Amino acid sequence: MKLSRRGMLRSTGAAITLATFGTPTFAAIDELVIAYNVTLPSWNPTVGLSAVNPTLQGYYQSVFDNFIPQNPDLTFGSGIITDYGWNEDNSAIWMDVREGVTWHNGDPLTAEDIAWSLARVADPDTGSPIQFIWGKITNIQHDGNRVTADMPEFEPTFFKWMSFLTGYVLPKKYYEEVGAEGFEAAPIGSGPYMVEKFERNAFVRLKANQNYWGGAPEFKTVTIKFVTDAASRVAEVESGNSHVTLEVPYEEFDRLKAKDGIEGTASPISDIGMIFLNDIDVMTDPNVRKAAAHAIDKQTIIDRLLSGYGIAIDTLQTPDYVAFDPSIEVPYDPELAKSLLAESGYGPDNPVKFKIQSTRGFKPKDFEMIQAIVGLWRRVGIEAEIEVYEIAKHFELRAADQLAPAAFYNWGNSVGDPSTSTGFAMFGPSPHSVWDGEDTFNKILPLWAEADESKRIEGWKAVDRHIAENAEVIPLLQYVQPILHATGVRVTPHRSGALLPHLMTRA
Amino acid sequence: MLRKIFTRLLTTAITLFGVAVIVFVVIRVVPGNPIAMMLPPGATEADIARLQALYGFDKSIFQQFLIWVQGVLQGDFGTSISLRQPVAGLVLGRLPATLELATVALVIALVMGATMALVGTRYRNTKTEAAVDVTSGMALSIPDFLWGLVLILLFGVLWPVFKISGRISPSLDIDFATNFFLIEALLRGRLDVVSNILSHSFMPALALAIPFAAIIAQLLKQSLKETMHLDYVTLARTKGYGENHVILKEALPNAVLPTLTLVGVQFTFLIGGTVIVERLFSYEGLGNMAIDAVINRDLPLIQGIVILFALIFTLINLAVDMLYVVLNPRLRHA
Repeated sequence: MKLSRRGMLRSTGAAITLATFGTPTFAAIDELVIAYNVTLPSWNPTVGLSAVNPTLQGYYQSVFDNFIPQNPDLTFGSGIITDYGWNEDNSAIWMDVREGVTWHNGDPLTAEDIAWSLARVADPDTGSPIQFIWGKITNIQHDGNRVTADMPEFEPTFFKWMSFLTGYVLPKKYYEEVGAEGFEAAPIGSGPYMVEKFERNAFVRLKANQNYWGGAPEFKTVTIKFVTDAASRVAEVESGNSHVTLEVPYEEFDRLKAKDGIEGTASPISDIGMIFLNDIDVMTDPNVRKAAAHAIDKQTIIDRLLSGYGIAIDTLQTPDYVAFDPSIEVPYDPELAKSLLAESGYGPDNPVKFKIQSTRGFKPKDFEMIQAIVGLWRRVGIEAEIEVYEIAKHFELRAADQLAPAAFYNWGNSVGDPSTSTGFAMFGPSPHSVWDGEDTFNKILPLWAEADESKRIEGWKAVDRHIAENAEVIPLLQYVQPILHATGVRVTPHRSGALLPHLMTRA
Repeated sequence: MLRKIFTRLLTTAITLFGVAVIVFVVIRVVPGNPIAMMLPPGATEADIARLQALYGFDKSIFQQFLIWVQGVLQGDFGTSISLRQPVAGLVLGRLPATLELATVALVIALVMGATMALVGTRYRNTKTEAAVDVTSGMALSIPDFLWGLVLILLFGVLWPVFKISGRISPSLDIDFATNFFLIEALLRGRLDVVSNILSHSFMPALALAIPFAAIIAQLLKQSLKETMHLDYVTLARTKGYGENHVILKEALPNAVLPTLTLVGVQFTFLIGGTVIVERLFSYEGLGNMAIDAVINRDLPLIQGIVILFALIFTLINLAVDMLYVVLNPRLRHA
């Protein structure tokens, strides 16, 4: 081989630089590196803003155990609490605690820890944002490995919340010894990984819990880098600096998964995209709402804008949720939309006008989807003006019931219960609902405390049917989460959207 | 001189107070309530009221401001809503990272800018000068975050020799006593750590430096051009000195003064530019924290960061002014 002077210099330079800074590699993986899309602000999973941020639950579930775990398909498993139930008249609950579990510092996990964890979040003074659920139990007792509590007001979803936001078991003895600040600085849990090093806003380094009750995870060391910029995450995995990443643009996902050394997994998660309809102004006219719903070609939007990565939905339940009813359909029917509008005196020559609010870049192609929808609406006689808002503004407007007549949002519900999707989104008194209609209110009200589970679920299905028939909200799609990973790693996606390192193994 | 310094310090204090008032009012007027973001499904009006009282948002803006100012005067900038830690500690903890990044960027910009200016002057009225002008024009017209993306593609993906994200490799076995990682690693003689830090900070620093270098190049070249026509430079030529000597030894010392003043002023913009670049490279500095604070509507943290930025800007301007007085004795009695 003939070597030119320039080529020689280039090769030497490259060799020196690589020797200095290290060579990225897709070869055998000893330490798993994940480029995550959100930073971790706080290690306490039970209080504050972080506790109700669904995107952070992956971190928490790596270190702490939920009271009751959720399997990757959203079904509920047996975890720290192995068995549970209500007494005959649903006025008290009992829980059996797994034996032989230890905290990361070697202390035994006991029923006392469970009772203390529950009492702590039930106390309004601790600042738990889910106190409205945990506060429904009183007189928490423990005896042996059994924990009992009274429930003066029946809450059918209580045990589901044990897999959800703030539903984590914390160590009583250690927490009381080190206090809140000490716990933040050196958190310990009973989960599959232990915190080895935490640089705020930079990375967290996890060490496998060899004594984990569910079996030690395969990767002994996992580094989760906080890479909030999507372009940087793409570069991280493409260069081999990280082995796994998620939430990259679908175009990049398709491009990279076709490359040697990188594979892609795209699975539905429990998040949905939807349009809130606020029953004000023209939205009090059912014909306008129904026309708006029937004029949207969801499948084409998914195919064209999201490269096919999405599942069209017609209620606030995804096919994974317990109250999903496939017989409820709101088909794309522009002619029906036109005729409905005509009944109210509207049409392409005399369009009905309203404002629609949308985020831009909060979810993949959110603004583009709304642009497409506005285009489809224009064809049938709806002229919508788009207003872009930040997600913080959405929360504020929603809490104050001041959303525009139509407003795009995404709703997460990893426990898949209808009360935490249709319930809170459509029950007028909730600060998360802008729908004030009495019919829906009256249908939902008795379901909150319905003790007969099958009757409760059927009740929610009926509510969903009523909402769909009256177009009181416009569900759009169930999101699909793109995960890119090196071929040396096998990733098991979780329907909740949490990227969990203990579900990753060597391929 | 002392009176001048005292006057400037007083002006600085008034400026900071003005900034504090504006920031406090503006971030409470713009839509986006952190309490609303904290509401879980099923929250009630009582929950909203409880959270508002907890963070003091149930009081009037004036009352909130007074409480905040009282705290600030005692060194308490409040507690971050999202991070649940004292704001003062958080922002001061991040400042070293941003200062290190900006300093590395400054060094790169000075080297690049001076080189371009000297080459352009040495080869004036040739194709080389035209190439320097085109290069500096391009460097200036493309914003720093776009340079960041280009660099990521070039040196992060196509020829992956530098780290794309973070400030230091998580696997590196070192415990820092301060947040000045680079300085501390140098003082400890840990060249492996220095190399690792530089491999992380090189691309973000270069992204920041490129437009800055173009400004330096253009101004220095212009100054050099003007100086090259002065009599003492012509005299040096007639003495038989070569062109390199004339530029470096005769013209440069005089031409560099206006550029140094500009560097001081532009450095403040360089620090401001770190906000987006830090985000792009997941660099754990003040800018990255600022974006998170805005996204979370973390009002106490936003206030703390803005006040610190304002303090840095005013102090740098103060330093530049003082330096100018030192360099130009005629201004001492002005």
